[in-house]
Amino acid sequence: MERLSVLKTYKLYIGGAFPRTESGRYYELKNGKGENIANVCLASRKDFRNAVVAARKASGGWSERSHFNRSQILYRIAEMMETRRAQFIEELISQGISKSKAEVEVDLSVDRLVYYAGWCDKYTQVLSSVNPVSSPHFNFSTVEPMGVISVISDVKNGLLDLVSVVAPIIAGGNTVVVLAAEQYPLSAITFAEVLNSSDVPGGVVNILTGKRSELLKHMASHMDVNAIAYSGTSGEERKLIEIESVENLKRSCYIDENWNDKGAQGLKFIEMFQEVKTTWHPIENIGGATSSY
Amino acid sequence: MAKKTEKEIKNIWTYDPAPESSDHIQLKDKYDLYIDGKWVKPESGKYYDTSNPASTKKIASIAYGNDKDVDKAVRAARKAYKNVWSKMEPSERAKYIFRIARIMQERARELAVIECMDSGKVIREARDVDVPLACNHFFYYAGWADKLEYAFPNQKVESIGVAGQIIPWNFPLLMAAWKIAPALAAGNTVVLKPAETTPLTALKLAEIIHEAGLPAGVVNVVTGFGDTGAAIVNHHDIDKIAFTGSTGVGKLIQRAVAGTNKRVTLELGGKSANIILDDAPLDQAVEGIVNGIFFNQGHVCCAGSRLFVQENVADRVIQMLKARMETLVVGDPLDKNTDIGAINSKEQLATINKYIEIGKKEGADMYQSHINLPKSGYYCAPTLFTNMSQSSVIVKEEIFGPVLTIQTFRTIDEVIQKANNTEYGLAAGVWTSNGARIFNLTTKLKAGVVWANTYNRFDPVSPFGGYKESGFGREGGLHGLKSYVKLS
Repeated sequence: MERLSVLKTYKLYIGGAFPRTESGRYYELKNGKGENIANVCLASRKDFRNAVVAARKASGGWSERSHFNRSQILYRIAEMMETRRAQFIEELISQGISKSKAEVEVDLSVDRLVYYAGWCDKYTQVLSSVNPVSSPHFNFSTVEPMGVISVISDVKNGLLDLVSVVAPIIAGGNTVVVLAAEQYPLSAITFAEVLNSSDVPGGVVNILTGKRSELLKHMASHMDVNAIAYSGTSGEERKLIEIESVENLKRSCYIDENWNDKGAQGLKFIEMFQEVKTTWHPIENIGGATSSY
Repeated sequence: MAKKTEKEIKNIWTYDPAPESSDHIQLKDKYDLYIDGKWVKPESGKYYDTSNPASTKKIASIAYGNDKDVDKAVRAARKAYKNVWSKMEPSERAKYIFRIARIMQERARELAVIECMDSGKVIREARDVDVPLACNHFFYYAGWADKLEYAFPNQKVESIGVAGQIIPWNFPLLMAAWKIAPALAAGNTVVLKPAETTPLTALKLAEIIHEAGLPAGVVNVVTGFGDTGAAIVNHHDIDKIAFTGSTGVGKLIQRAVAGTNKRVTLELGGKSANIILDDAPLDQAVEGIVNGIFFNQGHVCCAGSRLFVQENVADRVIQMLKARMETLVVGDPLDKNTDIGAINSKEQLATINKYIEIGKKEGADMYQSHINLPKSGYYCAPTLFTNMSQSSVIVKEEIFGPVLTIQTFRTIDEVIQKANNTEYGLAAGVWTSNGARIFNLTTKLKAGVVWANTYNRFDPVSPFGGYKESGFGREGGLHGLKSYVKLS
């Protein structure tokens, strides 16, 4: 007799745990033949709010971690993903993506994580400056993470779109709440399992599955979210997000990239979610001795 | 002999008047709009009065620009952008901007005096802070014009197009410089709208720009009110909006441009924390508090309006502060001894007084220095409030006047939480003689500018701008260039 396989229940990823949606709702994910392959959590606004609380709680610790440590953790995510390469490919195929495309997508995702792992302890050096003010002060500008970021994932790829946006944001010390592409929820949740086993503290990345049309407005308007990154949106959606973002002057970043392009990565995706801070301190100059000798 | 109080000393020793001469100032009775290199009458034919807040007397008639005037200015700016400014050798562009800086320096005193007359700020500050910083801002950004590829390595740098710039009344000339200089250096052209109460130095700057021989249309100045600014924000052919002003108006602008591709930078309000630890050099800290809140009558977006003093030195600091407040000279802005000049407008004075009333009603204790305010003009005595809570209206909301709120704290963790518990994030101050403590605080305070053992310092090379609802984008320095370039 053929062995009966054990199916996986796909749940949300919030605060380092895998809860079901509090709403108890689901949507059916169909494969190319119209067969149901999973009952996916249809996350509610309340799930989103819970995820923001988790992300805010994780924000202080993650942003203050040594950049070197963040670098190692991002690299660890890449390692964990590589070991699950076959699983990711199979899962992408089950969601209707061709084998060759799925392979490229997973490989690029891993490579992109390695790329951003390398940036963690370098971007502040590149983006900072010591400013030669005319008064006797030491003055420098450096960058700091914005805080909690809403991410509305692009809808072109199942895994790569999500990784390409999340990696630079967390490399820069932010925490995120991501809404996965509606038609590709499975790889997003499997990616959460990778994060969960990669020393990424709970709450740094939170992943929801559900309907864009339902959550978009709330992800843009939440008063404790510092920025929103969004992709794959229509003109009307863009306008809605921009208007809903105004009340707490949320930074709204529309990202339109072809992530399948190997070069679709770079410092700018980290910088987009950083604030510049300038610090001043007086320099004592009594007696007039100079540094000449 | 019994020790005399500061109040008694003040009554014995008074300063003789030391007025800055304004005889050499040449102002026209009536100012038109500066569009396409010419002074043109407003389409509506309407003018309004700009007056001196220290005397409430009219200084000049100012054109009231409307949407037709803005359209004319944007067309001129677009034409100049396409045909001249974006095509010019960057090194030539630089030379024009250097020229502006030099002529401003030559006419510095004139600009300072006019600034005082129109805005109510004191001559000492206009002469030593506003005007030199404004000149230096042009001088600094001029040099960037032909070096942009060094500012953004590995990226293609292009200008954006036509920038619409709307500036406030608290640092009229300096804000014009902050806006125009980087825009021009990066190859953009400009339509500037000065604040309605302080248009004169921007119009003088237009004269200087004309004198410098800038091609027609590169800089256009359209004076007017809020609807004039709205016409700029809503104009379809503006590529970038730069605004400095209130958070409320900043949000209106953001809503108005939603769904368009206009780029926006906003430099908005603040309620900045100034934190005194028990090991701070207290004499210096008290000077820092005074400079933090009473500089420019408190009309400063980054004013240190929320003072936090560690509990064990609070009584002493407050006593020292009150004594220092008694020595502040409030009066004629053009007198070189004056520390605090006139409040910018009748409306702003009403706003400040409204907040003072709210503070009293909320049960906070008020202290004002004992001075006789001038009989005419808009003035407000230096004011502080103690015994209030984090949730008090005067602690939460920006007052934009010489009104300080004082709270105490015990631990550093406590003050970090309290300081960050605001929707604003423009600036912060920290006073301590312990270096390790400085960096603990400066790294955890959520603010775009942090002053340690100093306050309210500005420099063209130093990026300025806020976190959270204090806006986005930076002005000044290398980082300030980014707001005016397209990168790919």
